[in-house]
Amino acid sequence: MAKKKSSASEVEQAQVDAGENAIFNKETEGLSQSQIVFRRFVRHRAAMIAVVVLFTIITLVYTALDWRIGAKEDPYIIPGWWKYNFEDMPPLLFEDCPGGSVGCPTIDAIPFLDGDGVKMGEHPFGQDDIGRDYFALVMRGAQRSLLVMFIIGLIAATLGTVIGAVAGYFRGWVDAILMRLVDFIITIPVIIIGSVIGYHYGNKGAAFLAVLLGFFAWTGLSRLVRGEFLTLREREFVDAARVAGASNRRIIFKHILPNAIGVIIVSVTLLMSGAILLETALSFLGFGVTAPDVSLGLLISTYQDAFTTRPWLFWYPGLFIIAIALCINFIGDGLRDAFDPRQRRRLTRKDKENARMMKNRSEVAS
Amino acid sequence: MLAYVMRRIGALFIILFGSSFLLYNLAAISTDPIAELRLSDAPNKEQLILNLTRELRLDLPAPIRYFIWLRGVLGVFVGNPNFGLTREQEPVINAIAGAIPVTIRLVFVATIVAIVLGISLGITSALRQYTRFDYGMTFFAFLLYSLPIFWVAVLLKQYLAIDFNDFLVNATISPPWIILFSAATGFFWAAIFSGTRKRVVQIFIGVFIANSLLLTAISATKWFAYPRLGPIAIAILGVGIALGVTYLSVGLQATAAVKTSLMMAGIGTISYFPAQAVLNSDRPRLGLLALFIVLVAVSVAGSYVFSRIDRGPIIRTSLITSTLVGLLILVDRLMQAWRPFVESDDVNYRPVATIGQSTIWLSEVPFWVRVLDQVMHLILPTIALTLISFAGYIRFSRGTLLDVLNQDYIRTARAKGLNERTVIMRHAFRNTMIPLTTIMVADFAGIVGGAIITERVFAWQGMGTLFNKAIVSFDLNLLMGVSIFLSTLAILANLVADLLYSALDPRIRVGAGK
Repeated sequence: MAKKKSSASEVEQAQVDAGENAIFNKETEGLSQSQIVFRRFVRHRAAMIAVVVLFTIITLVYTALDWRIGAKEDPYIIPGWWKYNFEDMPPLLFEDCPGGSVGCPTIDAIPFLDGDGVKMGEHPFGQDDIGRDYFALVMRGAQRSLLVMFIIGLIAATLGTVIGAVAGYFRGWVDAILMRLVDFIITIPVIIIGSVIGYHYGNKGAAFLAVLLGFFAWTGLSRLVRGEFLTLREREFVDAARVAGASNRRIIFKHILPNAIGVIIVSVTLLMSGAILLETALSFLGFGVTAPDVSLGLLISTYQDAFTTRPWLFWYPGLFIIAIALCINFIGDGLRDAFDPRQRRRLTRKDKENARMMKNRSEVAS
Repeated sequence: MLAYVMRRIGALFIILFGSSFLLYNLAAISTDPIAELRLSDAPNKEQLILNLTRELRLDLPAPIRYFIWLRGVLGVFVGNPNFGLTREQEPVINAIAGAIPVTIRLVFVATIVAIVLGISLGITSALRQYTRFDYGMTFFAFLLYSLPIFWVAVLLKQYLAIDFNDFLVNATISPPWIILFSAATGFFWAAIFSGTRKRVVQIFIGVFIANSLLLTAISATKWFAYPRLGPIAIAILGVGIALGVTYLSVGLQATAAVKTSLMMAGIGTISYFPAQAVLNSDRPRLGLLALFIVLVAVSVAGSYVFSRIDRGPIIRTSLITSTLVGLLILVDRLMQAWRPFVESDDVNYRPVATIGQSTIWLSEVPFWVRVLDQVMHLILPTIALTLISFAGYIRFSRGTLLDVLNQDYIRTARAKGLNERTVIMRHAFRNTMIPLTTIMVADFAGIVGGAIITERVFAWQGMGTLFNKAIVSFDLNLLMGVSIFLSTLAILANLVADLLYSALDPRIRVGAGK
């Protein structure tokens, strides 16, 4: 490119750029790549809120109910902090419900409105038709949905990464066969595969269903990983590793994979938010988790007709689905920004002031 | 190019074969059609089981059954496809042929609305990067991403159908709602036209007052119960459309374009009167077509009258204007059918339907009432599908436009003194559309998949219903029929997307190398 005479404003711009670069460089001085990514992620406000909320939900959901481990008749019980379990049937309460309905929620999360202050009450989310505590049911449903989400995420991440890595690294006929397999699976809409599997294996429990679904959810990820590997394997550090005598396995897992980890993590988070929606959708259609087990989608499906009279049976499971999926999406967004090397946050006034102070101090010192 | 397309179509058949083989065996392994019979206590149980086994060829292993099925399907090439029979002994191909139009109708409108709304919101969001509006849109898009469609659908049924129907009984808006709506719209527009604080407050107050007046008028005249546009409203809206479209497409300083599109708005308004006769005739479809041709002819002629050079953009502008004004006339005609529709016995003052794809008319009704009825049935599912799918468009168009705005050619365009409108609409927006096109096409196939749930909630008799039936009744032939259709659609959509991409972007060479 021909060198041109810079105008005054360009020089100024260059100085500003250099200044900003200096600030960014100062910030990342002496930090490893993962530390930089972590710092960027922590600074992403929405993502951090999402992390806190998701963590709260997970803690709430998994500590509320009793855990029963071992034999059905005589289980070992780790007690949860909530008094009911999802199988208990306390008597249906009739008092104080609007419009003559029964089993309405007793939760009071907004103080000052009626002067009672915050309280959980007997049945915070109300009761269902036969008196079961709806809070316990929603907790159980959220447990199942979260479990399904994590299992699908784990299996899909493992399979997708390994298959994509092998296809991208070895190329040739291995790649051709694996990618045709991906094509075969990816062209069948997820909801169809899910329904076919779910309708017949849904009664075997949520975990089993999740494992099966995980075996069909890895395709998109493997394409992405393959793409990353195809470009990364041509880079010099791979040649260097090969010359140094590293085995294929070592090159794949120790040299290339760490460089592709950003893409993988981001797409796995997005895959997980898709997974929770898939599970709830399948359960809603009746092709997923089935009674007596509980899932958020199943709860909504069971009580969708009760919406006019007892809307809480519909609101609470839905809000939990949305809260979980929303958190995962925001975390994914934060991770994407954190891993993206082009991504720069905007410098705030405070940053510039800090930088100026640092500069002044160093000038004074010298 | 041709070789490339042929190769892709060849690949299509391989992929279709692979995926159908996979799904068939998966479904065959996991289904057990006899299970129900085994538990029955019919006296001729053995005989029934035997019959079913023979009928479904259950004595053969699944892969062999697949090839029997495939042999029938391959009849496509000799013009005699045989997708087998459903469990009710109806040819699968008939069942699917009946369901496709329903699903397409459901998906088509939703896709278009999602594209238009999503892209305009995304682009506005990108142009207002890092403002409150932008953050709000980002949050909104993520929220929509996280919404389960069945949940939204039930909410819509309650609030937009049942409650809205109740509202329509006397159709008056209470003052708190007027204030709330006006404040919301005020915030929205003030956020879009951000600027100095004074300007924002001015815009907010202006929009707020205008909106309150409008809503008060609507409430006072019970417009929702007796909706009507009429020539005056069409004229006012027409001028607004003409100016808006001209501003976006060529800018208001192009006097020839302004004149042409204003003329088109005028002609559109005048044509309101002959249009009534045409639309009320006994062949309204033909009339519509004739009307459209006339509008096109007039707008082309108009641009020849008003300008000598650069007629292309002017023709485009006036065409868009006249199409929109024509749509207004159509909307007005539908509104005229509102009272007969609402008052008919079969509707009985519950116009927004929650279930089904059309009312089952017990009495003979006019053409426009029937059309209006279908529109009213489309509203809820369309909103549900749109809400779910347009989040993607918001995010994607925002990201793409931001990328494009960082390109050198945008700096060049600004440097040579083009105004902001030209830079955005001519240079940036067009290049944003290139990657968006591929998303749109690929997404269409995705929405068809999403329609399965929507159809279930709203009880439409489309592909989703067939699919549900296939799963529940262990109907392999039906399941495979639905799945083959959806897979073919998905693959073809991808192919079209790739071809479009290369057609729109000369940097992409399709078929060169591997």
